[in-house]
Amino acid sequence: MWVYEKKLQYPVKVSKCNPMLAKFLIEQYGGADGELAAALRYLNQRYSIPDKVVGLLTDIGTEEFAHLEMIATMVYKLTKDATPDEMKEAGLGDHYANHDNALFYHNAAGAPWTATYIQAKGDPIADLYEDIAAEEKARATYQWIINMSDDPDLNDGLSFLREREVVHSQRFREAVEILKDERDRKKIF
Amino acid sequence: MSTYRKSWRPYIGPNDPCPPLEIKYYETPPNLYLGYQPYGLKQFDPSTALFKGTLWPALYAPYSNPYKKKREEEE
Ligand SMILES: [Fe+2]
Repeated sequence: MWVYEKKLQYPVKVSKCNPMLAKFLIEQYGGADGELAAALRYLNQRYSIPDKVVGLLTDIGTEEFAHLEMIATMVYKLTKDATPDEMKEAGLGDHYANHDNALFYHNAAGAPWTATYIQAKGDPIADLYEDIAAEEKARATYQWIINMSDDPDLNDGLSFLREREVVHSQRFREAVEILKDERDRKKIF
Repeated sequence: MSTYRKSWRPYIGPNDPCPPLEIKYYETPPNLYLGYQPYGLKQFDPSTALFKGTLWPALYAPYSNPYKKKREEEE
């Protein structure tokens, strides 16, 4: 079970009215390497992975939901006051036609989220290597969005999220080290 | 000490339609180098850590747009 804290993991501040950034940010909401995919991937893989690393997948999977909430807040702030015309101008006309100003789990190009974005192979090394790749891809996505954003306050939140991906990748790499360790084997010198 | 950004020079063709981007950059963050994190590494104080997104200076590698300066310099 989970305990919900009614606050964000890191404060989200958006200082410029630029709804087009919402179109880019949605990639991290419902995209292949986004926070929803990350959370569901890790929280599902953990059932069949060696118990030494289950806790890590639970912790990181849970944190990804906190990141999802931050992205949702950013998108919401950028679009909540946009008129239909402003949505259209920001390149969000297709989104508006289907969802009004509601959030939805799709990527920057409008493709809806799908479980085919994630995998549970059952092979611990294959699963952890996928997780490491997912973290590096999420890190890269944050970089590309930062490169297109001119809002220092928004970028501050994105920088925090990007740094978390670096830490997650580090921890998944350590999980691989734990699983390949030969400490159980009798060493005869 | 490892560096967390690398660069390379893509081929520039004689008939390329757009002005060349002479240098391309990519990030090589600290998680590529640290290995299994050793015990007793230096820590940020808690409020700095919450701000930076990590407790560990060894894992902190902030990012900024490497292409931003470039075009401005050219103009
Ligand atoms: Fe992550």
